[in-house]
Amino acid sequence: MEKRQLRIALSGNPNSGKTTIFNNLTGTRQKVGNWPGVTVEKKEGDIHKFGHDMRIIDLPGTYSLTPFSIEEIVARDFIIDENPDVVIDIIDASNLERNLYLANQLRELDCKVIFALNMADVAKSRGFKIDAKKLSELLGVPVIFTVGNKNKGLDDLLKAAIALAESPLEIPEERRVRYSNDIESAIGELRDFIKCRVDAAFLYNPRWTAVKLLEDDKIIKDRIREKVTAESENILTKAEKLRGKLAKRLDDDPEIIMTDDRYGFIAGTIKEVLSASTLQRVDISRNIDLVLTNRFLGFPIFIFFIWAMFQVTFTLGAYPMEWIDAGVGFVSAFFEYVLPASLLKDLIVDGIIAGVGSIIIFLPNILLLFFCIALFEDTGYMARAAFLMDKIMHLIGLHGKSFIPMLMGFGCSVPAIIATRSLESRKDRILTILITPFMSCSAKLPVYIALAGTFFAAHAGTVIFIIYLFGILVAIVTGRLFRTALLRGEDAPFVMELPPYRVPMMKNLLIHMWDRSKMFLKKMGGIILVGSIVIWVLSSFPQNIHYSADYDAQIAKANQSYEQQIMPGKADHENRLRQQKDDLIRKISIAKKAERAEKSYIGRIGKVIEPLFEPIGIDWRGSVALVTGFVAKEIVISTMGVLYAAEGDAESDAMRDALKKSGMTPLSAFSMMIFVLLYVPCLATIGAITRETGSMKWALFSVVFTTGVAWGMSFVVYQGGRFLGF
Amino acid sequence: MRLNEMREGQHGRILRIGGESRLRRRILEMGLTKNSEIYIEKYAPLKDPLELSVRGCHVSLRVKEAAEIDVEELK
Repeated sequence: MEKRQLRIALSGNPNSGKTTIFNNLTGTRQKVGNWPGVTVEKKEGDIHKFGHDMRIIDLPGTYSLTPFSIEEIVARDFIIDENPDVVIDIIDASNLERNLYLANQLRELDCKVIFALNMADVAKSRGFKIDAKKLSELLGVPVIFTVGNKNKGLDDLLKAAIALAESPLEIPEERRVRYSNDIESAIGELRDFIKCRVDAAFLYNPRWTAVKLLEDDKIIKDRIREKVTAESENILTKAEKLRGKLAKRLDDDPEIIMTDDRYGFIAGTIKEVLSASTLQRVDISRNIDLVLTNRFLGFPIFIFFIWAMFQVTFTLGAYPMEWIDAGVGFVSAFFEYVLPASLLKDLIVDGIIAGVGSIIIFLPNILLLFFCIALFEDTGYMARAAFLMDKIMHLIGLHGKSFIPMLMGFGCSVPAIIATRSLESRKDRILTILITPFMSCSAKLPVYIALAGTFFAAHAGTVIFIIYLFGILVAIVTGRLFRTALLRGEDAPFVMELPPYRVPMMKNLLIHMWDRSKMFLKKMGGIILVGSIVIWVLSSFPQNIHYSADYDAQIAKANQSYEQQIMPGKADHENRLRQQKDDLIRKISIAKKAERAEKSYIGRIGKVIEPLFEPIGIDWRGSVALVTGFVAKEIVISTMGVLYAAEGDAESDAMRDALKKSGMTPLSAFSMMIFVLLYVPCLATIGAITRETGSMKWALFSVVFTTGVAWGMSFVVYQGGRFLGF
Repeated sequence: MRLNEMREGQHGRILRIGGESRLRRRILEMGLTKNSEIYIEKYAPLKDPLELSVRGCHVSLRVKEAAEIDVEELK
C-alpha cells in the first residue's frame, strides 16, 4: 500500500538553529543566518526516510504567532490553514524560557507538536540541565534533544514525528495554558457561545478561536466574517462585549494580561524542568560587544567593516573579472572564427555573447559582496549594525533594520528589496523599497567608470565617490519627504533581539552567498539575455541602410592603393605602411558603424526622444543608451559602445576617444552620471518591487518618481553648471 | 523610575509596561514581563537605542520605548 506523504513543518524563534536543521534534514541549499527573520520564504524539501515520504516545510522564524509581522502571519496561516501532519518546534535549549512562549502558542493551536531542544551542547556548557522527560509530561508533547550543526538527534526527531503523525491527537485539557480566572471564564463563555452557533465542521478549535477573539486578533475576526456568514456579527459582538468587561475588571487590555499569564505558565514549567548550576559562565558574546558596540570604537569599527567589504568586493573582485573578460573574449573569438558570416553570427557574437558577457563580468563582485553580507548576518553583526545605526536611520523615519537592505542596495537592488521582508511594518517596508534604488547598485559602476574615467581622469575616484554620496543624500531627503507626506504613521517598535555572536559555518556562508547570487544569475539568464537580443535587433535593423558614403568602396580603394605602395623586401617600410592601412580601414569602418547605428531603429528612437534629454545635456546616443538601461543598467555601457561605434569595454581607450569626440563635456558627463544614478530602476527591480509590495501601483510609482527625480536633478546640475560657466 | 532613566550596569525589576497595545505586546513577547529582572548592558554610541538582558537573552529597544516601562532598581 502506498503511504501518504507526511508534511512536517519546522517552526521556531529566529536564531534557534532552525534553518541549519532544515538544511541537514533535507540536504537542500538554504540560507542560514543570525539576522532575525532571515528565513523569509517558506522553503520545502522532500525526503524519504524510515519507510515514509516526507515533505519538510521551513516556516519563518518568529518569536510568537501574534500576528504582527509578515513572518508571523505566514507561519500561523500555514499551520491553521494547511494543517501539517506534525509541527516540529525548534527550541534554543540555552534560552528555554523565551522559546517556550512560541512553543505554548503552538500547543494552543491544537496541532501535533514536537519540541526539539536544539543546541543542547551549548545549554550544557552554560550549566543548564533540562529534564526533558518532565517537560514532555508537563506539556503533553514529545521532547527530543538535538544538536543541529552536528547533525545529532535528527533521526530521533524524524522517528518521533512519524510516530506522532500516526497517533491520534490528544493534548489533555489540564495541560493547556491556564489563564487567570476572569479570563478563563470569559474564554469558556465565548467558546460555548461559538459552539452553539457554528457547526462542528468549523475550521478552528472553538477554545482557540475564543482566545484569539478576546485578544482582538484582526485576522481571525476577518476569517469569521468570511466563513461564518449568518452568525459572525453575533459572535464578534459577544467577543467585543466580553473584552470590554475584562478590560474594565482587569484595568488593562486582555491581550496584555494573557501574554503575562502565558509567561507565568512558562515560569511555572521552567521551575520544574530547568536546573541551572552555579557554574559561572564566561559570556564571550558580551565581551565581543564591549568592543564592537563600544561608545568610542563602535562606529569606527563599523565604518571599517563597511570599507573592508567594499575593498574586498571591488579590489579582490578585479582579478576574476579579468579572467572572465578574457574568457568571454575567447568565446567570442571562437564563434567569430567558426561561424560563417551571417546574420545569425552577428546575433550570437554581437548580441548574445557581448550582451551577456558585459554582465557576467560582475559576477565576482556580486559573489564577494553577498559573501560579506552573509558573513555579517551569520556572525550576528548585522543586528549590531542595526543597533548602531538606528538613531541615524530613525532621523529619516526608518528602522535600524532598514540599513541592511539599503546597504545591500549598493550591490543589487533585487536582493535588497527582498531583504526588506525583515521589516515588520508595511510602511517601513514600502519606504525602504522606494528609496533603496537610490543606493547606487554595482551595475551602474561601469557607467561611472567610463564617463568619469574619460572626463575627470585624475579625479575619477573622487567624482564617483561624490555620485555615491549624492545617491545617499537623495535617499535621505526623499525618505523624510515620504515619511511626512505619503507614509505617515506610528513607527514600528524597534524591540529586537541581539543574538549571541556565533562562529559562522563555511557551508552555510556559501549556501547563503550562492542563494542570492542565483537571483542575479537568473536575472542575467532571463531578462538581460532577452534585453540584449532586443537591443541587438533594434540596432542592426533595418538591414539595408542608405549610407551617405560608399564605405565599402573606400575600404577597397584603401586596400588597393596600399597594396601597390607596399614593396616586398623592405620589412621596415612594409610594416609601417601596413599599420597605416589598418588604421585607415578601421577609421572608415567605425564611421560606417556610427552611421548604421544612427540610421537603425534604435538611432531613430534616440532622435525622437532627444528633445527630452537635451535640457540635461545628453545627446541622442546617450538617450538611447539610457532607454536601453531600463532593461538593466549593465546594458547602458554596451549600448554606448555600439552607438559611439567603439570597440571594447568601459575602460578601453577606444571608448574614451569616442566619448571625447562625441561632443560630450565634463558637465554633461556628470549630468548623465547623476541621471544614471537616480533614474528608473531596472526591469528585474521593478519586478521585485511589484512582488514585494504586492501591487503594480508602487512599482509604477517608483518608475515615475525616480525618473522624475533623476531628470530634475540632472537639469539642475546641467543648467546650473552652464550658468556657472562650466 | 523609568527604564530609560537607568544607567549602564544597573540591575532592575519591571513594575509596569505602558504604551500602545502593539508595542506592549512586542515587549512582552520578548520576555520583558512584569516582575522580570533586567540588567542594563549599555546604551548605543548615539545614546539610543539601549541594550538590556532579560531571561538570559539580549534585547534592544529605543529610549522612547523604554520610557513606557516602569522599573525599580535592584541593588
